[in-house]
Amino acid sequence: MERIEEKLKILADAAKYDVSCSSSGSKRKNTGGIGDASASGICHTYTEDGRCVSLLKILLTNHCIYDCAFCVSRRSNDVKRAAFTVEEVVDLTMNFYRRNYIEGLFLSSGIFKNADYTMERLLRIVKKLRTEERYNGYIHLKTIPGASEELIREAGMYADRMSINLELPTEAGLKMVAPEKDHDSVRKPLAFVESQIRELRSESKLIKHKPLFVPAGQSTQMVIGATPETDLEIMNVAKTFYRDYNLKRVYYSAYVPVTNLNPLLPQIGSAPPLVRENRLYQTDWLLRFYGFELEEILNPGHSQLDLDMDPKLSWALRNPQYFPVDVNTADYPAILRIPGIGRQSAMKIVQARKFGRLHEYQLRKMGIAWNRAHHFLVCADSPIILGTPSMISVKAAILQKPVLSKKANQLSLF
Amino acid sequence: MSYLFDGTYAGFLCCVFDSFARKEPEAIPLLSGDQSADLFKAQRTVITDVESAKRVQKGLEKHLGAVAVRDFYRVFLSEDRKAWLAAFRVISRVFTAGPDILQNFGDDDVICFSLTLKKVHRERHRMKAFIRFQKSSDGLFFSIVEPDFDVLPLIADFFRERYADQPWLIWDNKRKYGLLYDQITVSPVQLSPEEKMALTTGVTLTLDERDEHFQHLWKQYFQSTNIEARRNMKLHLRHVPKRYWKYLPEKQ
Ligand code: SF4
Repeated sequence: MERIEEKLKILADAAKYDVSCSSSGSKRKNTGGIGDASASGICHTYTEDGRCVSLLKILLTNHCIYDCAFCVSRRSNDVKRAAFTVEEVVDLTMNFYRRNYIEGLFLSSGIFKNADYTMERLLRIVKKLRTEERYNGYIHLKTIPGASEELIREAGMYADRMSINLELPTEAGLKMVAPEKDHDSVRKPLAFVESQIRELRSESKLIKHKPLFVPAGQSTQMVIGATPETDLEIMNVAKTFYRDYNLKRVYYSAYVPVTNLNPLLPQIGSAPPLVRENRLYQTDWLLRFYGFELEEILNPGHSQLDLDMDPKLSWALRNPQYFPVDVNTADYPAILRIPGIGRQSAMKIVQARKFGRLHEYQLRKMGIAWNRAHHFLVCADSPIILGTPSMISVKAAILQKPVLSKKANQLSLF
Repeated sequence: MSYLFDGTYAGFLCCVFDSFARKEPEAIPLLSGDQSADLFKAQRTVITDVESAKRVQKGLEKHLGAVAVRDFYRVFLSEDRKAWLAAFRVISRVFTAGPDILQNFGDDDVICFSLTLKKVHRERHRMKAFIRFQKSSDGLFFSIVEPDFDVLPLIADFFRERYADQPWLIWDNKRKYGLLYDQITVSPVQLSPEEKMALTTGVTLTLDERDEHFQHLWKQYFQSTNIEARRNMKLHLRHVPKRYWKYLPEKQ
């Protein structure tokens, strides 16, 4: 009994630096057993660091034959080691799931013996859950770099999502701190799984009951701030990976120092770059949902994101020629680009104006950040301003607002 | 003119029916016990008639489709009198002015309706997240909650599909009723007046021998998965407001 508690402590602690906790995007329904992964993701609680807890996120073991300097589980690190048995992981998952603590399991592992040996163990767990426990909850499974394609393919029949981490955004960065590793061993399995998903999709037009294969797609993670890449480099990598492997998500994880022995890495005690991490996520959203091109937000002349304001506001201030936008006449994409207006409010504006020209008091009620937005828009009762607004004064007006100056705690999107 | 109804959704729809029948568009739907039911103002007691309620429901479905009509029920579950009035007026206007009215987000009633709908959705989502089952020695998974709004009817399907192979009980301790799933159907359970009186001596459930063990492991997990260097209590509190802690083992 106590032993399992200690294992959980060690193996949850070692797994927590993987920030992905998404449990959405699957299509798996309950077919006569327990669990349903078809609903959108649910965060069952939040840790005191404010992160969503949706999945039981653990390593099978933190024994590892590699020595990546940025990782707590590296072989040269003096930490307690532990390993779960297959039965223990299954028992924990089922009992947490039945009590509605979690949406499912996120299973990863250090690499012990070799890649196939590790992957084979992971496979045994997910297979047991699906076939013996008739469990239909969410499973996020790590692909172990270097594992054979047969094992990966079989694991994909049981997992909802698979992921494999780039770790450092660039090959050069990776070589600095983990010389045994390379990006190719990440690209290859990502490409393999993607090709399998694609193949099944084209076949499934012919077959009626298609088997599920990684229905929630793939994701990856980059550690931010361990090595000296610029935001432009990071987002370029993200863009390429979204495109080449049809990823569902790229995660950016502010580096939390775990060693003082490597002079190339930030030392223990230095704060993880949380604001920067948030800015990267905001940029990611602008590219995927707001119709922005990467070059508009980051380019060789502007290769780092501003820390004191979100990237949309920063873009708007650099591009006064697009403003003010008349919300009573502009099209949806133009309204979406106004700082302080999100997708839902933009939609509301477009629908509501059919009933008459919109005034300030109406816009305020639609859930837009008026203090920011009003500098960039005109509505029915806006005072008439000649020419474009001076962005220097707009910036000053917005940034002196107390809400925005407390940037360390501002981790919401827009 | 206050319309006093019995607190059921059918009764609410009957307020709409009556206001049309009596040509009283200014009616305000309320419960007889409501403070705002002004004694000096004119009031009328609305009799709940299932046929009339059905006619309003059918009429709405014709205009909006069955899916969108469920939103009125959801807003009704907010128990918020302002939102009731807004919903009441929006329904009336769907009949007089057509279904497009729902997109008029510049209108006070429509925006109140849509904001309340959002709040109810959020509470429903929270219950899907914050419900914690304890397993009793006879295999029943039970949970106690006190949701801000009366959202149990909105989560029944979700829990029935997800936990199809285990009997469960979700008890709303604010409204003193629950949902019981017996591996076939979900049915509401209530305390009889006598049971309500005798609640102190009432039902005790013995826990499954391993239940405490898993609660303990869950707490352990909650601690271990936290990254101290990223500590952000403000964000934590925003996502897990204090009023929900009472029934969350990880916050004990
Ligand atoms: S291979 Fe993975 S677990 Fe092992 S040291 Fe490298 S990052 Fe850590």
